[in-house]
Amino acid sequence: MANRDYSHRLSDMDSSLRKPVSLARRLHLDVPLLVLLLLLASAGLGVLYSASGGDFKYVQRQSVFMCLAFLGMFIVAQIPLDFYRRWSIWAYLGGCTLLLGVLFFGTGAKGAQRWLEIGGFRFQPSEMMKLGVPMMVAAFLHQRAQPPAFATVCGALVIVAVPAALIVRQPDLGTAILIAAAGLFALYLAGLSWKMIGAAAAALMASTWPIWQWGLRDYQRQRILTLLNPHDDRFGAGWNIFNSKAAIGSGGLYGKGYLQGTQSQLDFLPESHTDFIIAVLAEEWGMRGVLILLLLYVLVIARGIYISFMAQYLFGRLLAGSITLTFFVYVFVNIGMVTGLLPIVGVPLPMISYGGTSLITLMAGFGILMAVGTERRRVHF
Amino acid sequence: MPHAHRLKDPYIEQRLFRNRMLVAIAGVIVLLGVLVARFYNLQIINYEDYRTQSEENRIQVRPVAPTRGLIYDRNGTLLADNRASYNLSIVRERVRDLDATLELIGNLIRLEDSDVAKFRKRMKRRRPFEPVPLRFRLEEDEIARISVNQFRMPGVSVQAELVRYYPLGALFAHSVGYVGRISDRDLNNFTREDVRRYRGTRSIGKVGLERSYEQHLLGEVGYENVEINARGRVLRVLEREDPKPGVGLTLHLDARLQQVASETLGDRRGAVVAIDVNTGGVLAFVSKPSFDPNLFVTGISFVDYRTLSDSLDVPLFNRAIQGQYPPGSTLKPVMGLGALEAGIISRETRIQDPGFYKLPNDPRIYRDHIRWGHGDKVDLVQAMAQSCDVFFWDMAHRWDIDEMHTIATHFGLGAKTGIDLPTERAGLFPSRHWKRSARGMPWFPGDSLNAVLGQGFVLATPLQLAVMTATIANRGTHYRPQMVKTINGVVQPAERLHNLEARPDHWDLVFEGMEAVVNRSDGTGKRAGEGLDFRVAGKSGTAQVVGIAQGAQYDSEALLERHRDHALFVAFAPVNKPRIAVAVLVENGEAGGKVAAPVARALFAEWMARPQPPVETARDTDLTGRRGNG
Repeated sequence: MANRDYSHRLSDMDSSLRKPVSLARRLHLDVPLLVLLLLLASAGLGVLYSASGGDFKYVQRQSVFMCLAFLGMFIVAQIPLDFYRRWSIWAYLGGCTLLLGVLFFGTGAKGAQRWLEIGGFRFQPSEMMKLGVPMMVAAFLHQRAQPPAFATVCGALVIVAVPAALIVRQPDLGTAILIAAAGLFALYLAGLSWKMIGAAAAALMASTWPIWQWGLRDYQRQRILTLLNPHDDRFGAGWNIFNSKAAIGSGGLYGKGYLQGTQSQLDFLPESHTDFIIAVLAEEWGMRGVLILLLLYVLVIARGIYISFMAQYLFGRLLAGSITLTFFVYVFVNIGMVTGLLPIVGVPLPMISYGGTSLITLMAGFGILMAVGTERRRVHF
Repeated sequence: MPHAHRLKDPYIEQRLFRNRMLVAIAGVIVLLGVLVARFYNLQIINYEDYRTQSEENRIQVRPVAPTRGLIYDRNGTLLADNRASYNLSIVRERVRDLDATLELIGNLIRLEDSDVAKFRKRMKRRRPFEPVPLRFRLEEDEIARISVNQFRMPGVSVQAELVRYYPLGALFAHSVGYVGRISDRDLNNFTREDVRRYRGTRSIGKVGLERSYEQHLLGEVGYENVEINARGRVLRVLEREDPKPGVGLTLHLDARLQQVASETLGDRRGAVVAIDVNTGGVLAFVSKPSFDPNLFVTGISFVDYRTLSDSLDVPLFNRAIQGQYPPGSTLKPVMGLGALEAGIISRETRIQDPGFYKLPNDPRIYRDHIRWGHGDKVDLVQAMAQSCDVFFWDMAHRWDIDEMHTIATHFGLGAKTGIDLPTERAGLFPSRHWKRSARGMPWFPGDSLNAVLGQGFVLATPLQLAVMTATIANRGTHYRPQMVKTINGVVQPAERLHNLEARPDHWDLVFEGMEAVVNRSDGTGKRAGEGLDFRVAGKSGTAQVVGIAQGAQYDSEALLERHRDHALFVAFAPVNKPRIAVAVLVENGEAGGKVAAPVARALFAEWMARPQPPVETARDTDLTGRRGNG
């Protein structure tokens, strides 16, 4: 503990001696990341305008969400990392309690209970666990020597498994997998031995058949089958994937032009303003547009990795690394699903898809990244 | 914690993290490569395929139904019209709560349980986003009530389609006929070409002219390429090949003459056919009772159909072309002419009529309808005027049946007239050959006695009798009867089937006899000419009842009534220059002169009040040049 405090102070003094602290640093803003996020946000609003069929209502509401999300990011960035580390256990336990509450008192639609209603305000506890779980794992590992011993690994796995299991019960397999991934990334980055990773992979392979047979619900099996052959059920389950592929493919290299996408403008594209929004971009802007968007994502990820490298101590490093990698998983799963590489799970495209809740969580994550990035410039009182 | 004592080493931690992150970066790069490759595959390599798919999605070729050709009477009165009909349809995908919506609709407009049941059945067979009809033929106020409440019922819409409408209803049901929804049976009979032509069309001619002129009335289907959204809603038309509307028909029929025929026939069962002597054009065509053809257009209800099909009066039965009745004495003019030509009788032939007739070597006595006979010097004219049977029996006994058959055939008896209506029946005039092949029996002399008086085996439709009468009036020129006068404005030429060569003085004698029927004080058809300022020639007839297809439950009073003889009357006018020939049949009317002749009179009065079109006169003079006075 003393060790860490010492080095911390030292680096603080060290840098503050070299050059004056910029305004951005004082506000705990990471300028390159902020610029990239603003670019993504405006691209998102532009695509959303087209995806909602020129309906300004969606763009307006999303703009409000964006402002709230940026504000949230700003606030999150101001809080010292140490505070998160010390309070993560309470956030985690609180989150688990709420998830339990969802199972018993939750509301929801289509046979899934995902929300808690408190005073007319709808609230999705699984959303906050997207940050809560990696934070708890990072804090847990932070106190222990690296690489983690077997018992530590077991402890981390329990931390991941409890909320994941609760979310699977809702049922919301997609979110559960993403949350588990975030926790496991932290464990992996902390130096989980390759032997264990290999053993886990082998165990997963071995359990493929039992999971298919007993672990999945019918509609989940159907989604995977549809992925393998969307033509089998062109007007049923394959409808979405068939039409999103047609939209993307028909965009070609240069696209059909902004607001000119026939698939999306004529409503052939399902959920065109939420999960399938990249198909709108791909149809109207072509592969050019897709590559530019991917480039923006790559730069965000690169900046995130840079921040994690520069982090001063383990908690921030693991948390930043986990958040960054999870962000990439979001991008990959969403695009993989829309292009027909992965089964359809409800994962929005970060910064582009319409929707407030996921955006705010996402931006809070970036706020933590910024908190990590500006940690050594933090003025300690 | 077992490892809590182990020292944390920031250097090892950092190096470990760095290595792990480098592996992760490699993974990210590989997966990014997968995504880029996927986009490359979709957008560059398979671009053409997907572009085609998205075009197919976007553009739909839709058939555009042609408007059906209209049908007018000779004066331009519309007999078959197309009217917009409004249906209430529901798109399931847009309705939040179907049951609540149905209930709401039920509160606004009339909605039978059967409508809902049929709707639910249709709902099962529909494609996604397809509007499914719930109620057909909405009234004006129903449309208004739906429109006002539209905002409360997303997915509910009122849709227009053109459907057939018969403004004069029952009056032309048996001639113009009606259209109905294309049935499975129609579909089974369709050729590939038909399938193409009926794309987009929902109805087809079922009976009458609607059926026989289906190919003209239908028109040619058109196509349009429309841009549609995923809900199937048409956003805009990209290309359009207009349908060719069906061709219009103008009929020989005259709506007012038809009206007069129908009214004078009144509530009695029967048929009236009037023919333009100079063209064969059918001027009036009535079969009673009739029905409202509009009931059939969008599908007749079960109750309505039961009422029509169970009726003892068989209103759906087209008596004018399907009813085969014994023509009775209306055959006498034809038989008389034939016997004159064959030399069996002459103007001078006179017989003694004791009121009965006996064949040699046959104990059977054939009784005349007047017990005491018509006197001892009955000639052909008197025999026709008073309908003396003995004269004709004597004549028939001395004559050959096959010659009788030949002359009858010349006047269109025993074979279909070839009128442009479907489901015509042929009637029958027997011959030796016919009796042997159909009945396996030789011809007996008694058969001839029956045949000459239009009884026994002889059957004729009212239309055949009208054609026969027109041919007499024409002095042997036999036209094919035609309903349609012009197709798309092109006049259909009168079709002469053949011309009977007979001595003019024989014709004169026949005319004289028929004129006597109407004009002599003892004539049986006096009522056909009463108060007219032109002369009418005619012949009455009485036919013993041969039941037509009827239901099983008779009540005795109705049964008695239905056992009475049918009354017949055929006539033409004016005698000196015939223009119109009429055949009237009244089922169970007993005496032709009393009930049937006044109908003919009314037609003549109505028709002769019209100026004769000069064109027709000019064209017809050379065809009927041998026409003499009556």
